[in-house]
Amino acid sequence: MAYLEIQHVVRRFGGLVAVNDITAGIEQGEIFGLIGPNGSGKTTLFNCINNYYTANSGEIVFKGIPITRKPTHEICKLGIGRTFQVVKPLRRMTVLENVMVGAFLRTSNATKARDKAMEVLDFCELMHRKDMLAKDLPIADKKRVEIARCLAGDPELMLLDETAAGLNLREIEAAMEIVKKIRDSGITCFVVEHVMKFIMGLSDRMMCINFGSEIARGTPQEIASHPEVIKAYLGEEYVEGG
Amino acid sequence: MTLLGQTLITGVLIGGIYAIIAIGMTLIMGVMKIINLVHGALMMVGMYVCLVLFKSFGLHPYIGMIPAMVILFGIGYFLQKYSIERVAGVETILPQSQVLLTLALALTITEIVRLIFSSDYQSTYTPFSSKCFYVGDMSISVPYLVSFVIAMAFVAGLHLFLTRTDLGRSVVATAQDKDAAIYMGVDAKRITNFTFGLGTALAAAGGALLLPVFYLFPDIWGPYLTKSFVITVLGGMGSTVGALSGGLLLGVAETFGATYWSPGYSNVVGLIIFLLVLLFLPGGLKTIIGR
Amino acid sequence: MTKKNWFLLAILGVVVVAIPPFLGSYFQHVLILIMMWVTMATAWNLLGGYCGQVSFGHAVFFGLGAYGGGLLHLHWGTSPWWGMIAGPLLAVIIGIPIGLITFRLRGAYFALAMLALGETFRIVFINWEPVTAGAVGMIFSRTWGAQKLPYYYIALAVAALSIYVVYRLVHSKYGYYFVSIREDQDAAEGLGIPTTKYKLYALIPSAFFTGLAGAVYMNYIAYIEPHSVFNLSAISIMMMLCVMLGGAGTLWGPVLGAAAYTILSEALRAGIGPLAYLIFPIIACLIIMFLPDGIIGDWGKIKRVFSRRKPVYAGGE
Repeated sequence: MAYLEIQHVVRRFGGLVAVNDITAGIEQGEIFGLIGPNGSGKTTLFNCINNYYTANSGEIVFKGIPITRKPTHEICKLGIGRTFQVVKPLRRMTVLENVMVGAFLRTSNATKARDKAMEVLDFCELMHRKDMLAKDLPIADKKRVEIARCLAGDPELMLLDETAAGLNLREIEAAMEIVKKIRDSGITCFVVEHVMKFIMGLSDRMMCINFGSEIARGTPQEIASHPEVIKAYLGEEYVEGG
Repeated sequence: MTLLGQTLITGVLIGGIYAIIAIGMTLIMGVMKIINLVHGALMMVGMYVCLVLFKSFGLHPYIGMIPAMVILFGIGYFLQKYSIERVAGVETILPQSQVLLTLALALTITEIVRLIFSSDYQSTYTPFSSKCFYVGDMSISVPYLVSFVIAMAFVAGLHLFLTRTDLGRSVVATAQDKDAAIYMGVDAKRITNFTFGLGTALAAAGGALLLPVFYLFPDIWGPYLTKSFVITVLGGMGSTVGALSGGLLLGVAETFGATYWSPGYSNVVGLIIFLLVLLFLPGGLKTIIGR
Repeated sequence: MTKKNWFLLAILGVVVVAIPPFLGSYFQHVLILIMMWVTMATAWNLLGGYCGQVSFGHAVFFGLGAYGGGLLHLHWGTSPWWGMIAGPLLAVIIGIPIGLITFRLRGAYFALAMLALGETFRIVFINWEPVTAGAVGMIFSRTWGAQKLPYYYIALAVAALSIYVVYRLVHSKYGYYFVSIREDQDAAEGLGIPTTKYKLYALIPSAFFTGLAGAVYMNYIAYIEPHSVFNLSAISIMMMLCVMLGGAGTLWGPVLGAAAYTILSEALRAGIGPLAYLIFPIIACLIIMFLPDGIIGDWGKIKRVFSRRKPVYAGGE
C-alpha cells in the first residue's frame, strides 16, 4: 500500500462530476505532481483528501489509516498539511504568530511554539518578515508564510495547491528551492500546479487529469510528450506571472 | 371545528400582511447580502406617518399608506446611501459592523420617535376597525381581510415589477450576481440604494395595513423584525414567492400557537421556527419544495 | 510586560482599591456599574472580539446568571449569595448546548440565532410563572442594606478576575487558536484546530463571567425581572457597544469602553434626562461608521485627526 492511497474517489456537485474515479498512490519521500486544465478537478481532489469536501465514493488511506470521512483537523494531526490555492493568511496576526499557530499543533506551550516557529521561519528564509502583519505582505511572502505555517506542525505529507500561481520568475525559482528543501527534510509533497516550469522541474512522478478523470501518468518527460496531455493543454504556454 | 377554521383563516390573513413586510426585507437582503435590522424600525416610522395623516387630515391608513410609502422610500434610500453603504466592505476586527450599524440606526430612530410621540399607545381606531363578518360560526375580522387583499395586490404588483420591467429585472440581476450585473451595464450602487428604498416602502405599506387593528407605540417593531427574519430565512433570501409562502406559514403557526398554547407565547413560535430553520434548513423551504 | 506597564497597572490598582471609600455613595454606585460592565464587556470580547463569534444575545447568560440565585432562593429559600456560584454555572450549563447547536452557523446567522435565543429566554421567563415568578420579578433583601462599598469590592474582584482569566487565555495556545478561528475558520481547520471545540472553550468563560456579572447585579440591585436582565438593547447590544467603543480584540479595550459608556451614561442622564436615551444609539452609529475598531484599535485614526496641522514628510508615518 502506498503512503497516500487514493482509491476510486468520486466527488459530485449536483449533476457535475468534479472528480471522476481517480486512483493514485503516492510514495513516501517523493514529489508527486498533478496537472490539468482549469476546472479539471485538481483542487477538489485536494479538498477531498483534507475532507473539506467528503468524497461521494471511494477511499483515501494515509499510512494505512482510512481518512475519507475523518474531520479535517484530525487529518491534519495525522500528518497531512495543506496550502491553499487562494492563499489564506491569518491577516491580523504577524508572520511569527501565524507560524506559531501551526506549531501549536504539536505543543501546548507558547514558548516551545515560538521556538519552533522561529526555526521554521529561518528554514523558509522569512525571518526578516517575522513581525509584519500577514495582510501587509506581498503575495510571494504570503504563500511562503502559508508553507511555513504548515511546516511548523511537522507534517509528513504536504498538499501544495498552486504554490507558484501569481509569482514572477525569480519568485518561482525561490519557491522551487523551498519545496526541494522540504522534500529533502523527509516530507512527501503532493503538488498541484499550472506553472509548468515549477511542476516539471520538481516532480518525480506526475499525473494529468481533465474533466475529473485521469488522462495520463508517468515521469515529467513522459507527461510532457503525451498526446492526450498536449491535446488538453492546446494553446497553453509556460506561465510567467508578474 | 369552528375554532380550527377561524384560527386557520385568521392565520392566513395576518400571514399575508407579514409577507408584505418580509418581502421588503428579503429583497434588501437578496441584493445587499447583509442582515438589515433597521427594517422593523422603519416600518414603525411608516406607521407613525400614517398616524399623523390620520389625526391631521382624517386619512385612513389604507390611503395614508401611499404618502407614507413615498416618504419611507426616501428615508430608506438616504440611510443606505449615506450611512450603511459607508460601512460596507470596511475591514474591521468585529466582522458584523454593518449589521450592528443597522441595529444602532434602529435604536436611534426608535428614540427619536419616542421623543416626538412619547411611549403612549396610539391608534387609528374607527368603527371599521372592529367589524367582523361571519362565515357560518367563524368570525373573520374585516380589516384583516381588507389588509390581506391589499397586501396580495402589492405582492402581485411587485412580482410584475420584478419580472416585466427593466428596473425590476436589474434588481433581480444584482441580487443574483452583482458583478455579472455590473458587466451588463447595471449601476449596482444605484440599484442597491433603490432596492433599499423599495424594501423600506413595502415595510411601510405592511405597517399601514397593521395600523387599523393594532395599537402603535415606538417599540412595536421588535416582534415584526423577528417575523420578517423568520420568513426571509424560511422562504430563502431574495425569493418573493418564498416570502409569501413563509409569511402565510408563519401567520398560521403563530395563530395556532396563540389559540392552542398561549397568547403570550405566540412570538416564541416564530423564534423557535427561526432557530429550527437556521439549523436544519439553511436554504429555506426551497430545499424541501425543490423550487 | 514592560516596567512602564507594570507601573501603570500598579497605579490603577491603588486607585481602584484605595480611593472608593472616600467617595460619596453615588460615585460608589457608578463604580459598581462600571465594574459590572467591565466584566460583561471583557467576557463578550473573548468570544466576539478574539474568537470572532459575534453574539447578539449574550443577555441570555446575564439573565441566567441573575436568575440562578433567584430561582434557588424562590424554590428552596437559599440566600441570594449562592447565586454567585449558581448563576454562572447555570449560564455555562445552558451555554454549552447553545454553543453546540449554534456554532455550526457562520457570521451573521450565528449573531441572529443568539439574538433569537436571547429573546426566547426573555419571553419564556416572562410567561413561565410557576418556575420563574414571571414578569413581576423577584425581590431580595440586601445583605448590607444601603451600604455600597462591600458590593463594590465584590464587583471589583469579579472584574479583575475576568480580565486576568482573559489575559491568561489570550497569551496561551487558546488565544492563538481563537484568533485563527476569527481570521479564517477554514484555514484553522486545515491547521489541525478543532474549531467547534475551541469556540466552546471561548464560550465557557464568556458565559461564566457574563453570568457572574448577572449574579453581582442580582445581589446588588436586589430586584430582577426578565425584561431588564434578558434585554436586547440594554444588555446584549450595550455589551457589544462597550467593546466596540474601546476596541474589540484587545484586552483593555472593553475596560475603556465600559468605563466610558457608564460614565457617559450617568453624566448624560443627570444632565439631559430622557434625551440621554437618544444620544447612545447616535454615538453607537457614529462609532460604527467612523471608529469601528474602537478607541484602541483606531488610535492611529484618532491621532491623525488631531495632528492635521503637522507637516507630512515623505516616508513618514
